[in-house]
Amino acid sequence: MIHLAETELDAQRSYKYRINVCCSSGCLPFGALKVLKAFEDAVKEFGVQKECKVARTGCIGTCSVGPAVLVEPGDYLYQNVTPEKARLIIRDHVVLGLPVKDMLYGTESYFRKQHRLVMRNAGKIDPYRIEDYIAAGGYSALVKCLMKLSPKEVIDELYVSGLRGRGGAGFPTWQKWNFVARAHRMPKYIIANLDEGDPGVFANRTLAEADPHAILEGMLIAAYATGAEKGYIYIRAEYPLAVETLKKAIEKARAMNLLGEKILEMPFNFDVELRLGAGAFVAGEETAILASVEGKRAMPRPRPPYPAASGLWGNPTLIQNVETLANVPQIVSHGGLWFSKIGVPNCTGTKCFSLTGKVKNPGLIEVPMGITLREVIYDIGGGVAGDRAFKAVLVGGPSGGCLPDTMLDLPIDYESLTKAGAIMGSGGIVVIDDNSCMVDTAKFFVDFCVDESCGKCTPCRVGLRKVQETYKRIMRGEGRAEDLDFLRKLCSYIKEASLCGLGQTAPNPVLTTLRYFGKEYQEHIFEKKCTANKCFRHDGEARNI
Amino acid sequence: MLHQTIVAHGYQKSSLLEILHRAQELYGYLDSDLLSYVAENLNLPPSHVYGVAAFYNFFRLRKPGEHVVTSCLGTACYVKGAEEIISAIEREFKLERGKSTADGRLSLFITRCIGACAMAPAVVIDDEVIGKATKEAVIQRIKQLLEGNKPETS
Repeated sequence: MIHLAETELDAQRSYKYRINVCCSSGCLPFGALKVLKAFEDAVKEFGVQKECKVARTGCIGTCSVGPAVLVEPGDYLYQNVTPEKARLIIRDHVVLGLPVKDMLYGTESYFRKQHRLVMRNAGKIDPYRIEDYIAAGGYSALVKCLMKLSPKEVIDELYVSGLRGRGGAGFPTWQKWNFVARAHRMPKYIIANLDEGDPGVFANRTLAEADPHAILEGMLIAAYATGAEKGYIYIRAEYPLAVETLKKAIEKARAMNLLGEKILEMPFNFDVELRLGAGAFVAGEETAILASVEGKRAMPRPRPPYPAASGLWGNPTLIQNVETLANVPQIVSHGGLWFSKIGVPNCTGTKCFSLTGKVKNPGLIEVPMGITLREVIYDIGGGVAGDRAFKAVLVGGPSGGCLPDTMLDLPIDYESLTKAGAIMGSGGIVVIDDNSCMVDTAKFFVDFCVDESCGKCTPCRVGLRKVQETYKRIMRGEGRAEDLDFLRKLCSYIKEASLCGLGQTAPNPVLTTLRYFGKEYQEHIFEKKCTANKCFRHDGEARNI
Repeated sequence: MLHQTIVAHGYQKSSLLEILHRAQELYGYLDSDLLSYVAENLNLPPSHVYGVAAFYNFFRLRKPGEHVVTSCLGTACYVKGAEEIISAIEREFKLERGKSTADGRLSLFITRCIGACAMAPAVVIDDEVIGKATKEAVIQRIKQLLEGNKPETS
C-alpha cells in the first residue's frame, strides 16, 4: 500500500496544476459535468495534458456559487463556472499563469474560521479513486491499528480524544465502543447512520460524496476495536449520488482486500453492505434504524436494552453517525491528545454544518466546536442576504430551536445549545430574516413532525396534532388568551412522555419561539396582526391553514 | 425481473425494503398486485408488506402522472418561499399536492429535502432541477413540458 501511495503521489507531483471540479449534488444539477468535460477538452486543445490534471471531486463547500472549481496550487476558487469560462481558465490560468480575477470567489472570510478535519479531503480528491484517498494518507490508520494497537488501545485513544457522537445526542464514542467490545454475543454488527432526514441538512451526504473511504476506514477501525464482522451503511434513497459513490468505494475496497476476509493478510474479517432508507425521518433514531435494516417499519422501541447489548436480530450493534466514524482515522493517526486540543474542553473536535436560509454565503462548513453562532453567520456566512434584518437562527433541524439575536454569542457545543433550548442535531443552521413570521415558521416544523411521527406512542402522535390544531387556530385569527399556556404545558408533556428522540425534541421550535418571540404570538392572538404578513391572508397566496 | 432480485436476496424477510425499492424502480409505483406478489414470495402477511410500503414516504402506491413536479419543502426552501411556488402550481394547474391532474398528465409531489439547500428554493421537474426557483419560471417550464416542447436547459 505504501508503494501505491508513493506511485500515486509521484504521479500527482508531475502535474503543475490540478483542477478540481466539484461534482457533488450541490453543483451537479447546475451543469458540473459539462464543465468537467469542457476542462478536459480545453486541456487537450491547449496541449497541456502533461502539466494539468483535471479531477472530478466532491464538495468544495461553496454550494451557492456552483459549479465551483478549485485550482491547485494556491487554492484559487472559481465560482459559477460554465463551459466557456472553463476554457478561459485553462487559457489564462494554466497556460499563461494568470488567475482570472473577476471569476474568483472571495474565499478568505469564508474559509478563515473553518477547520477542515472531517472534510479535509473534500474537493481535493476524486471520490471514485481509492488511490487518491490512499495518497492522501488514507487507510494508514487502519494499518496502524492492525499492526501496532490492540482493540483496547484504540478505545483508549478515543477516550483521550473526547470524541462524542455527531448524530446529535453527543454520547461519548469510546463508551459506546466499549459496551459493544465487552458484549459476548456473536456476531456483532456496525451500522453507519447516513439517514440524514433533517430538511435543510446535507453534511453527511456531502461527506459520503466527497470522501467515502473515510467512512469505510472509520467502520473498519470500529470493527477491529469492537470485534464486529458485518457492517451496514444505512443511507437515504433520496441521495442517489452518495449511494453510487459508496457502492463504488465498497467495490474498490473489496478489490484491494480492505474489506472481506483476512484483511491485509491479518486475521481480521469485515464486510460492508448498503441499506437504502425510504424517506422516514424517524429512521435516524437508533432503535428505529434497527427495525428498518431488518426490513420493518422504522418504529423505535423502548431502551434498555440498548443496541450495544441487543441490536440487529438481538445481537450487539454499534450505531454511529458517519461523521463520527470519519473522525476516527484522524484520531488514530495523530493521537487522541492532538484531537482533544481542537475545539473546547468537554466538546472536542469539529462539526460540519449546512449553513442555509437567508445568509449571503450558504454552503457546507466545518468549524471547531465552541465557535459562536455570530462568527458562523457573520464571519463565514457573510451576514444576512439582501437588505433584510436578522430575525432568528434555527439550529439543529426541525426539532432544533429558533434562537434570537441576543443569543448569537452562544458557543456551539452540546451543552450550551441544549441549555438555550436548541440541539446540535445533525448540523443544520438556517438563518431566518424579518420576512418570516415566527408563528408560521414554528408551525412549519410542527407540520413536519406530525407527518414524520411514526404513530407508536400517544404523546407524539396525538399531542403534536393538538399543537398543530392550536397553531391553525391562531393563524386563522381565532387565537385565545389561554392558547400560549396550553402550548407550553402540552409541549412539556410531549417532551417528557415521548418514547424516542423525535417526540422528545419535536416541541423545541414551539418552546423556543414562545420563549424568545412571545411578542409575535401576543400580536397574533390579541391584535390579529402578523408583521411579516404571512398569516390571516385570504388572497390565496398564503399557505392552506 | 423482480423475481431475480428476490432470489438474489435469498427470499430473506429482512430484504423487504430492498425488494420494494427494486420494484418501484422497475414499475414506477407499487400497486396492490405487486405488493401481494412480494408478500407471497417472502412469506410475509400482505398487511405487513402494505404497512411497510405505506410507512415510508419514498414508496408510491398510486400511479404518478406523465410529468412529475417535485417541490422541495425543506427548511431552507420554506424560508425562501417554496410554499408560494407550490400554491401557485396548485392554482395554475388545478391539482393538489400529492395528487395528479384529472387527465393524469401532471403530478405534484412534495419532498422534504433534496439537499440543494444552498440553491433554495429548489423544484425538480421530471429530472431537471431548478435552483433559486421563482413561481413564474416554474409555471412556464411546466407549461412548456405539457405542450410537448422540451425546455432548454439552463
